[in-house]
Amino acid sequence: MDLLGGINPAVLVASLMMASVPIILAAIGELVVEKSGVLNLGVEGMMIIGAICGFAVAVETGSPLLGFVGGALGGAALSLIFALLTQVLMANQVATGLALTLFGLGLSSLLGQSYVGVKPPPTGRLDLGPLSDIPGLGTMLFRHDAMVYLSIAAVAAVWFVLRHTRTGLVLRAVGENHEAAHALGYHVVRIRVLAILFGGAMAGLGGAYLSLIRVPQWTDGITAGAGWIALAIVVFASWRPWRVLLGAYLFGGITVLQLNLQAAGARIPVQYLSMSPYLITILVLVIMSADRRRSTAAPASLGKTFHASR
Amino acid sequence: MTELLRIEGVTKAYPGVVANSDVSFSIREGEVHALLGENGAGKSTLVKMIYGLVRPDEGRMRLRGQDYAPREPREARAAGVAMVFQHFSLFEAMNVAENVALGMENPPKLRDLAARIRQVSEEYGLPLDPDRMVGDLSAGERQRVEIVRCLLQDPKLLIMDEPTSVLTPQEVEILFQTLRQLSAEGTAILYISHKLEEIRALCDEATILRRGKVVATCTPRERSAREMAELMVGAVLTPPERHATPKGEVALEVAGLSVASPIPFGTALKDISFKVRRGEVLGIAGVAGNGQDELLIALSGELRAARDAVLIEGSGVGDLGPNERRLRGLVAAPEERLGHAAAPDMSLVENALLSGVVRKRLTWRGFIDWAGTRAFASEIVERFDVRTPGTWVAARALSGGNLQKFVVGRELSQEPSVIVINQPTWGVDASAAAAIRQAILDRAAAGAAVVVISQDLDELLEIADRFAALNEGRLSAPRPTQGLTIDEIGLMMGGAHGMEVAHHAHG
Repeated sequence: MDLLGGINPAVLVASLMMASVPIILAAIGELVVEKSGVLNLGVEGMMIIGAICGFAVAVETGSPLLGFVGGALGGAALSLIFALLTQVLMANQVATGLALTLFGLGLSSLLGQSYVGVKPPPTGRLDLGPLSDIPGLGTMLFRHDAMVYLSIAAVAAVWFVLRHTRTGLVLRAVGENHEAAHALGYHVVRIRVLAILFGGAMAGLGGAYLSLIRVPQWTDGITAGAGWIALAIVVFASWRPWRVLLGAYLFGGITVLQLNLQAAGARIPVQYLSMSPYLITILVLVIMSADRRRSTAAPASLGKTFHASR
Repeated sequence: MTELLRIEGVTKAYPGVVANSDVSFSIREGEVHALLGENGAGKSTLVKMIYGLVRPDEGRMRLRGQDYAPREPREARAAGVAMVFQHFSLFEAMNVAENVALGMENPPKLRDLAARIRQVSEEYGLPLDPDRMVGDLSAGERQRVEIVRCLLQDPKLLIMDEPTSVLTPQEVEILFQTLRQLSAEGTAILYISHKLEEIRALCDEATILRRGKVVATCTPRERSAREMAELMVGAVLTPPERHATPKGEVALEVAGLSVASPIPFGTALKDISFKVRRGEVLGIAGVAGNGQDELLIALSGELRAARDAVLIEGSGVGDLGPNERRLRGLVAAPEERLGHAAAPDMSLVENALLSGVVRKRLTWRGFIDWAGTRAFASEIVERFDVRTPGTWVAARALSGGNLQKFVVGRELSQEPSVIVINQPTWGVDASAAAAIRQAILDRAAAGAAVVVISQDLDELLEIADRFAALNEGRLSAPRPTQGLTIDEIGLMMGGAHGMEVAHHAHG
C-alpha cells in the first residue's frame, strides 16, 4: 500500500460517500428531467443557487434542516424559469440551460456577498446507535449525516418509480415519444414542468449540501463544476439510476484519493492528480456504456421541443 | 340496429383553413362506416374530434342519444371510443405490455396485463408477445399492438385511421377478418381510407369528404371504385401517359449491397442486387420499415458502402458521398420532405442551391451565384406548377403537395442520368400526385434510369416497368410489372408475416 501512503481505507470510503452526495443528488434529479425528454444544462446554476439559498436560510434561521429546504426551493425556483422558457415559450433547451448556469453563477455571487466568512450552523450526524461502533464498517458506513443516506434513498426511489410505477411509465413515455404520448392524452408539458421542478429541487439540495456540510462555508463558485460532472454522469450512466450512483461514487472516490495523495506528497505532478477524477470517471463510464443495449440509450425525444399541433 | 354515434353540423377551422365545415353523419352499432377523402379533406381532424384530441368550433355529437363532447382522449376512452392511429402512437424503446398499459385508463398489473394481451390477441387472431420491444416489431405487428390496446378496453366504437397503408395484401385480409369479427360482436368501426377497393370489400356505409365538407354518402358495395374516386376528387382523373421507349444500356447497377442501418431500430440491407437501364423505371415495393430509407440513403451516398456495391454507368461509386454521386449523374429525393429533402426554415432558393449546386454550377470559386440560383428556383416553380407566393418563402410554409413538387422537380431538373425517389407522392393530393408521376415518366422517356421506392402499390403498377419488393432488408428478384397479380406482389412483400396460422387455428 505504498501508493496510498498511509491512507486509512475506512476513512477513505467514509469521505468518498460524503464527497459524492452533491453529485448524486444533482445527477438523479437531472436523470428524471432527461427521462421526461428535457435536456436542462443549467444544473450547475441550479446547484449554486441551492448552495447560497440553503446557506442563507440556515444562517438566518439557525436550522440546517430549513437550510436544506431553502436550497431545494431555490433550485426549484430557478428551474421554474427554465420550465417557463422551454416548455411554455418553447425556447431552445440547450441555450436556455447554458444561460441558466451563467445566470445562477452571477446571482449566487450577488446574493452571497454578505455571507462570505460566516459559519453555518453545524449539521449533526445521524445517530445509528451500536451500528456506528462496528469496527471499520462503522466508520465507513454508519457515521454519516442524514443527507448521505437520503441521497442513496433518492436513487432507490427514482429507480423504483421509473421501473415499477405508472407515474414512471408515463414519464418515460413522454420522453420516448412526445407526439404519441400527446395523442394518447397525456399532458406532455405538465409532466415535463413537474420533472424540471424535481430536477431543480434535487440540484438545489445538492448545492446546499456543499455549502452547509461539505465545505462548509460560502465562497463564490463553490460548486466548481460539480453540476457539469452530474450532467456527464447521467449520460455515461446510460440513464440508469444505479449506474449514476456508481459513477458518482467513482468520481467522489478518486477526488478524495487524489487529495489525500497530494497531501501525502506523492511523486505524481499535482496537475495530473487534479485531472484524474474527471478522466477516470468518464473513461470508466464510457467503457461501461460502450456495449449499451438499445433500450438503455437516450430517451428518443431528449432535447426536442414539443408543440401540440393539430 | 340502434344508432351509436351521430355527428351534427360539426365545424372546425384553423388559421387559414377550414378543416371541417358543417359535417353530419351517423353510425349504427356494429356498422363498418367508411370515411373517405383525399389527403387534407379533413378526415383526420374529424376523428380527432371524436377522440377528444381536438374540440369542434360548432356543432355537436351524440353518443347513444347522450350529448358527447370529450375534452380529452381519457373521456373518449371512458365512453367506449378507441382509436388506432395512422402514425402509430407507440414507444419503440418500451415493450408491448408497457405500450398497451399506456393506452389504458386503469391498466392491471403488468403481469396480469401480459396474460390478458396473450388471451385477447389469440382470440382475434393477432398473436403478440407482451415482452418484446416494440422497436423490434414489424409494421404489421405494431399495428396489432395498437389494435389489441383498443380491444382490451372493450370499445363500442373503434376508429381506424388509414390502417392498411403499412400492411401487405395478405395482412390486410387478416385485419379485415378481425374487423368483421368485431363488427359481428356489435362494435361499430369508423374506417378511414382512400383505398376504394378495400372500402368496397369491408364497409357498410361511406361518407365522402372533400375540402372539409360532406359531398356524398353511399353504400360502397353498390358503387364502383371509379364513381367513388370521382366523388372524392371532384374531377375526372386521367392516368399518366406512357410511351413505350426502347431501353438503353445499364445506368445504375447495385451488386451485393450489404450495409448496417445507421437509423435506430432500422433495418440492415442484405445482399441487394439489381440493374436499371436508361429509360427504365424500377418500382420497389415493401411495407414501411423493411429497408426503404436505408436503400435510399445507400444509393444517394449518405450511407457509404464498398466501392463496387453501387455502380453508375459501370464505375464504382459505393464509397463516394452525395455530391460526388450527383456529379456522376445520380440524384435522389428522400421520403421525408421537411428536414431531409428540404431544410424547413430556408427559402426555396436556398433549398434549390443545396442540391443543385454541383450539377447546375451555382458557385464560382467558392462564391454563390445567387442570380443563377434564383433563376434555377423560379424555373422549378414554373415547370412543376409549385403554388407559392415566391421563391423567397421558407420551405416549411408550402403545403405537402407543393413542397413535394418542388423537391422532386429540383432533382428532375438537373438532367440526371439516374434518379432515386422514395415515396414520391406520399401525403400529396391526387392532382399533384398525377403531375409528379408524369414528370418521372417524362424523365425516364428522356433517357434516365429511375428507381421509385413506394408503399403505394397502385402507383408502382402505374409507372414501373419492372417490380421488386423489399422485405426485412432483402430485395426480391425484379420482375416485369405487366401480368403481376396482387397476390404475387403480396408474397414478394413477405406474405402475412406468420399471421395466417393464428387465424386458421381460431377459425
